[in-house]
Amino acid sequence: MIMDTTEIQDINSFYTVESLKGVYGIIWVLVPILTLILGITIGVLVIVWLEREISAGLQQRIGPEYAGPLGVLQALADGTKLLFKENLLPSRGDIRLFSIGPSIAVISILLSYSVIPFDYRLVLADLNIGVFLWIAVSSIAPIGLLMSGYSSNNKYSFLGGLRAAAQSISYEIPLTLCVLSISLRVSNSLSTVDIVEAQSKYGFWGWNLWCQPIGFIVFLISSLAECERLPFDLPEAEEELVAGYQTEYSGIKFGLFYVASYLNLLVSSLFVTVLYLGGWNISIPYIFVSELFEINKARWVFGTTIGIFITLAKTYLFLFIPITTRWTLPRLRIDQLLNLGWKFLLPISLGNLLLTTSFQLFSL
Amino acid sequence: MFLLYEYDIFWAFLIISSVIPILAFLISGVLAPISKGPEKLSSYESGIEPMGDAWLQFRIRYYMFALVFVVFDVETVFLYPWAMSFDVLGISVFIEAFIFVLILIVGLIYAWRKRALEWS
Repeated sequence: MIMDTTEIQDINSFYTVESLKGVYGIIWVLVPILTLILGITIGVLVIVWLEREISAGLQQRIGPEYAGPLGVLQALADGTKLLFKENLLPSRGDIRLFSIGPSIAVISILLSYSVIPFDYRLVLADLNIGVFLWIAVSSIAPIGLLMSGYSSNNKYSFLGGLRAAAQSISYEIPLTLCVLSISLRVSNSLSTVDIVEAQSKYGFWGWNLWCQPIGFIVFLISSLAECERLPFDLPEAEEELVAGYQTEYSGIKFGLFYVASYLNLLVSSLFVTVLYLGGWNISIPYIFVSELFEINKARWVFGTTIGIFITLAKTYLFLFIPITTRWTLPRLRIDQLLNLGWKFLLPISLGNLLLTTSFQLFSL
Repeated sequence: MFLLYEYDIFWAFLIISSVIPILAFLISGVLAPISKGPEKLSSYESGIEPMGDAWLQFRIRYYMFALVFVVFDVETVFLYPWAMSFDVLGISVFIEAFIFVLILIVGLIYAWRKRALEWS
């Protein structure tokens, strides 16, 4: 961050007052987190609206139009309605697990947002294990699903929870191996900032998409399966298991599952952008934006805004693909789903990894 | 755990995001109506009376998938440090890692042939 001397003096004077040092530390931690949570909330509103509008367009009907201008606040209206609904608890189910299940699903997905870079310095936690944090933490979500299914005291919820967990774990490994291939070949680092930086050299042709085409397709399929989106939404198969592990849920707990589903979709799309589509880099070559501004500080603010805008634009343009896929492909049966994960994607992702390492070795 | 300062913000984020569901439950506890009735306490089984116990016989195939998952997950955990130091290690380490992955591929083929990965 380019700061001039007056700012440094201001911050130093703030720092020297002993009583305010603790406050400064807390503010420095809280403000980015709350900003990120606000951004995530708005992002989920947009994604829900986008999904409903695209679904409506695909099905030749009008989407939401009453909640807010153009129906943008539809998700907020849904959430508020769910807050007012009665919280039914199953009579002989385990009440504590019943409440903790959706909470774990939401928390584990929210934690993955901390490693997504929106610009060079706009990442909540620039950890050097970056992407691996997402993979590790998102593996906790099946525990939440199992808890929900088991504690509902309902055969169908239990089955749904087991199937959902089986699906999630089956597609974890191809996902992990694809990410491994990227971090091995392109950036030699797991940090998301490094991965995006490594894609900045050749503009559009520097994207990891061209470097790892097989990996991209495997990642796309695996992340759709992890998010339980059609064609992989058997756990929630509306005709077969009612609502799977969500059957006995009502009110805000159901709202938490709903939010978790869209949070998962958003974070998967953000990771596709970061890992394969070049992150915050303007991918059109030969645009020299920095020459427009002379002042350092204004250039930094403008550049950061451009970075955030580009990341979000790429993410939301990419989101058209999962949303359109939902209404295009038929649902997979559970055995087809597991066969795809274990017998098709796992060998392919292992092969991709070995191919990538061979290329890396012979180019050294 | 607290010596790695770059994770401080992660812990703070964890605490704040744990507060979000708690907040949701509290608000819902205040706003949502409660009305008791005998029908509400029964499990949902497409509108009919629930038949039998709520617990099914646990199919072994879920366990088989979980077992194979654990093996491959541990494999990927071992592959991550190798991949990160790939450029400083030589070709001999690549051969060793290749043998490691090969052993696990043999394991996958074994599980495949022994029908551990079948749903029926």
